[in-house]
Amino acid sequence: MIPSPVLAAVHTLPEPPLPFWTFFISTVIKMVIVFTVYMVGVALLTLAERKISAWIQGRLGPNRVGGKLGLLQPAADGVKNIMKEETLPSHVNKPLFMLAPILAFVPAMLAWAVIPFGAPWDSRWGRISMVVADLPVGFLFTLAIASLGVYGIVLAGWSSNNKYALLGGLRSSAQMVSYEIAMGMSLIPVLLLAGNVTLNQIVDQQANMHIWNVLTLTISFFIFMVAAFAETNRLPFDLPEAESELIAGYHTEYSAMKFSMFPISEYANMATSSALMATLFFGGWDIPFTTQDNTSGVAWYLTLLSIVIFGLKTLFFLFVFIWIRWTLPRFRYDQLMSLGWKTMLPLALAYIVVIAATLLGLDYLGLERGFLYGLAMMAVNAVLVVIVFFILDRGRIISPAYGRATPQQISRLRAVTTARSHLSPQSGD
Amino acid sequence: MAINVKVLERPVDEVSYVRATLKGMARTFKHLFEQKVTTQYPEQKESISRRWRGTHRMLTTETGKAKCVACGLCPTVCPSNCIKLVPGEDEQGNRYPLVFEIDEFRCIFCGYCQEVCPEEAIHVGRHYENSEYSREGFVYDLERLTAQTHPVCEMWDPADPKGE
Repeated sequence: MIPSPVLAAVHTLPEPPLPFWTFFISTVIKMVIVFTVYMVGVALLTLAERKISAWIQGRLGPNRVGGKLGLLQPAADGVKNIMKEETLPSHVNKPLFMLAPILAFVPAMLAWAVIPFGAPWDSRWGRISMVVADLPVGFLFTLAIASLGVYGIVLAGWSSNNKYALLGGLRSSAQMVSYEIAMGMSLIPVLLLAGNVTLNQIVDQQANMHIWNVLTLTISFFIFMVAAFAETNRLPFDLPEAESELIAGYHTEYSAMKFSMFPISEYANMATSSALMATLFFGGWDIPFTTQDNTSGVAWYLTLLSIVIFGLKTLFFLFVFIWIRWTLPRFRYDQLMSLGWKTMLPLALAYIVVIAATLLGLDYLGLERGFLYGLAMMAVNAVLVVIVFFILDRGRIISPAYGRATPQQISRLRAVTTARSHLSPQSGD
Repeated sequence: MAINVKVLERPVDEVSYVRATLKGMARTFKHLFEQKVTTQYPEQKESISRRWRGTHRMLTTETGKAKCVACGLCPTVCPSNCIKLVPGEDEQGNRYPLVFEIDEFRCIFCGYCQEVCPEEAIHVGRHYENSEYSREGFVYDLERLTAQTHPVCEMWDPADPKGE
C-alpha cells in the first residue's frame, strides 16, 4: 500500500516492543513534557488572544506585568482567579454545577494523548515514538473525546438553573451535535486516502506522498476547519456564550477558578483542533521539502526539528483561530443550523462519494500510492475546489431568511402597500 | 422561510460571503502591523486645551489672601448651584468670604464663575485628576481652592477666537 521500500519494511515488520522500563520511563517523561508544554501553551494562548485582538484593534494589549509583551499576564490572571471569592449560587444543582467545569476541561486535555508531535526517535534504547499513547485507533479516540466536551457545557447550562445558561447549553449541544456529523464525514476522505486510523500513519502517508492532504482533500479541510470552529465555540460560532444575547451563556453563574476552567478548556480545545488540523491536513510533524524524516525513526536532531515544525503548524492554526475571531461577526442561529445541515453535511457526503470514486479509479488504473497518485488527486481536487467555491461565491449558501417572491406575489404586495397608503394619507407612514 | 420578501438581484461581489470574509481578514491582518493609538495614561497624557475648564482655583493677592470680595456674583450665575458663599466684612469695611465652598460633584464646569468674577479671583483650571475616598472630599473649601497650583483656564478672547 505504501510504496517506499523503507516504509514498507517499517510497517510490515512488527516493531520490536520496547523493554518495559524503557517504555515506562519514556512515557512518563513524554507525559510530563506534553502536559507542561500544553498547559503553559494554553496559558500563553490567553495572552496571545488579548495581544492579537489588541493589535487588530490598534491597541497595545496587556503590557504592565512581565515586560512589554506582558508575559506574566497569564500568571497574574491565574493568581487573581484563585484568590477571588467563589460564589455558589443557592439555586444551582450543586453536584452537577461542580462537575461541569471538570467535564469541560478533562476531554480537552485527553485528546492530546494520541496526537503525534514528532518523528519517532531511534534512540539507543529503541525506537521511541513521539506520542504519549500510540493508540492504533488514535483518530477515532480524538473524535470520541472531542465530542465529550459538550457534556461540560450542557451540564453547566443545565445545573445553573438560569435561563440564559440553559439557553447557552442548549445552543451548544445543538451546535455541537450538528457539526460533529459534518466533522466526522469530512474526515472520511482522509481515512480513505491513508487507509488507516492511526494518526502516525496518516502523517506517514502524507510524508510519503510528498503532498499534504490539504492539497489533495481541500474541501475536507475547509469543512473540518469550519466544524472545528463550531466545536470549540469560537466566533463566528460562539452562540453558546453570545454575550450580547445571553450574558455569558452557559457560564453565567460561574465565578473565580470554576469560571476560568471554561475559557481554559476552550483554549485547550482550540489547541487540540489546531494540532489535529496540522496532523490530518498539513502533514503533522513532516518537515516540508525534505525526506529524511519520512523513514520513521530518525536521529535526535531530526526528531527535535520535526517537533518544532509541528509546533509551528499548530501555532499557525491557533493564530488563524484568533484572527478569525476578531474579524468575523457571529452567525444568526438559523444560519448556523442551515450551514451545518444543509450545506456542510451534504457537501461532505458528496465529497466522500467523489473521493472514494477517484481513489477506486486510480487504484483500478494500477497507480501506486505515491507522488503521481497525489498529483492525480490534486488535479481532481482542484476541479472540485473551483466548482464548490464558484457556487459558494454566488452568495446563495448562507442566505438571509427569505423565499424568492414570484412577480405575482410582488405585484400583490405592491397593491396592498398602495391601498394602505391611500387609507392613511396624513400619517405619512 | 414562510415570509416572502422581494429579493433584489445584486452583483455577485456584493452578496458573496466568501469575498467579504476574505476582504475582512485581509483588513484585520493589515491592522496587526499598523501604528497603535493607545495612550498609556498615567505615564503619557494627552495635551489639553488652554481653555480646558477643570478643577477650580482661587487666586490670591501678594499677601496670600484670596482675591474674592464676596460680591455674590458667582453663586448667582452658577447654573448648578454648587457655590456656597457667606460674605463677611472686616473693620475697614472690606468684604471677604467667610465661607466659600465649591462642590466639585455638582459643578458642571461651565466656567461662568470665572467669566463673571469682577476681581478675577475664582477660576476653572487646566487640571482633571481628582480622586477622593469620600463624597465630602469633593467639597472644596476656600483654603483648598487657594492651595491649588495648576494653571488656570484662559478665557475666550474675541480678538483671538482660535486661541493662538
